[in-house]
Amino acid sequence: MLSTLIVALIKIVLALAGLMTAAAYLVLVERRFAAWVQDRRGPNRVGVPLTRIRLFGLGQPIADGVKFIFKAEFTPGHVDKLMFFVAPLTIFIAAAAVFAVIPFGSVLPQDFLPAGWGVSEPIRLVAAPGIDVGMIYVFAVGSIAVYGVVLGGWASNNKYSFLGGLRSGAQLISYELPLGLGILGVVLWTGSLRLDAIIARQAVGGAWNCVLQPLGFLIFAVAACAEATRLPFDLPETEQELVGGYHTEYSGIKLMMYLVAEFLHMITASFLIVILFLGGWHFWGITGSGEAVTWPVALLRVAVLLAKVLGVILFFMLARWSWPRFRFDQLMALGWKVLIPLGLVNVVVVAAWAEFGPALAARWGISDPLGLGLAGGAALLLCWLVVAASDPTRVDNSPRRRVVTPDQDVEEIFN
Amino acid sequence: MTDPALSDAVPIFLFVACAIALAVVLLVIAQLFNPARPGRVKRMPYESGMDPFHDARRRFDVRFYLLAIAFLVFDVELLFLYPWAVASHPAAVPRAATVAPTDITPPQTAPAVGIDAAVASGLVENRTLVFAGAMLFILLLVLGFVYDWRKGVFQWR
Repeated sequence: MLSTLIVALIKIVLALAGLMTAAAYLVLVERRFAAWVQDRRGPNRVGVPLTRIRLFGLGQPIADGVKFIFKAEFTPGHVDKLMFFVAPLTIFIAAAAVFAVIPFGSVLPQDFLPAGWGVSEPIRLVAAPGIDVGMIYVFAVGSIAVYGVVLGGWASNNKYSFLGGLRSGAQLISYELPLGLGILGVVLWTGSLRLDAIIARQAVGGAWNCVLQPLGFLIFAVAACAEATRLPFDLPETEQELVGGYHTEYSGIKLMMYLVAEFLHMITASFLIVILFLGGWHFWGITGSGEAVTWPVALLRVAVLLAKVLGVILFFMLARWSWPRFRFDQLMALGWKVLIPLGLVNVVVVAAWAEFGPALAARWGISDPLGLGLAGGAALLLCWLVVAASDPTRVDNSPRRRVVTPDQDVEEIFN
Repeated sequence: MTDPALSDAVPIFLFVACAIALAVVLLVIAQLFNPARPGRVKRMPYESGMDPFHDARRRFDVRFYLLAIAFLVFDVELLFLYPWAVASHPAAVPRAATVAPTDITPPQTAPAVGIDAAVASGLVENRTLVFAGAMLFILLLVLGFVYDWRKGVFQWR
């Protein structure tokens, strides 16, 4: 028991340290990436302190962190003091705690620890390996972020923050539904809520879920982007109209907690996309499922997983500089009128295939995954056509009342 | 610590405790070093340089409220669908956890589980009945969704 606890503690410390470093350095990556997209240099000066060594700006995140600590951390007079204090803590802790069940590799080799340590099975690279309801846990803890944002906006007693809090409350809960519907297809196909089992299912067949359920993949990716409030879904913040939205009144270390939590959300979303739909640590020809786990294999799996996650994060950053922000009614229409119906369609298609597919596939002489892939592809094509033809996000912009122009006769209007 | 489910959950509590500790340490460090220079203007809400003219917490659009109610219905429905999704996995297709190589196999003690086990023990007549039930459940939800849509709950302008 004690050895299990120690192993768990080591994994937790590694995960938290890695996350904080990743969040700090992703800020630098994001700024350099933005600079590359916009054809400028970006932060490239800060290197080793007290020397003239620049190191491509790698010192910038450390300098930023130090700056946040030395900045005045001010609680304005008009706020609700308790809520103002609790809100950033809530969102920060919740954003970090999600990682308790997210695997960042497969396992370490069996011979890692000597036999006398009481660790009988290989060490799985996830902080809480025994949890069978990983997906539900991710959902439960991920939803707590809404509290941090809404509480922060409410407690600030500032009109920008209040609007930002309202908007993000509506946005986060709206996009949680397509997120859940996208996952449901994966759970139906895997028969387990464990994230490592979902990876294993894809690794064994070699067919990634993004190919088998393209509709679910698209819905999940869009909804995850919205849940992480990344542009083009960053309506809660909207620097240009709401001046930061829910964190307008925050400063110093509490502001840092909000910003770090935002990057943690992006990292979580990327991990989930990779684990649920992009095969986790599996890659054809590099890492498979049948091989015995030795040190090179274990490290290669971690590397493949992290490389995929980085790729998804870079895609998020590219998306940020490629599309303008939605209007609020467009955002709501996309969430409720497009993604949720499509999510239901995806669930029904996958469920019907899980129920009747194996028999059909046997009759047609194709494999079970291939059949699901064909059905999923057909569903995607059909949904695409229907959405394009009916355009459910179209907004009726006609005025609510009849407009009276001065030269119109009053009699004429009323008759 | 005798209950395996409880000891499986211990790392999660440990993780949350570590996250809380990290947050508190950050706050304490910042409290030690940050300068405190309050001022009258600093205490005002920031509204782009304008003097604020009333409290920010005022009435807001009732649509947010309608949306929250619609969300609650859908979210609870989703939670009901998850157990079905796990249980309806056909026994003929081995669960990923068991077909996976030994290095990633979670400890599994329970033999046949889910709907197939229920069918085998005579609790349910056949699988198709359960599938039809789930589809009916989704259909009822779709009816409510269509009603919401026609009522204009998702209409913003």
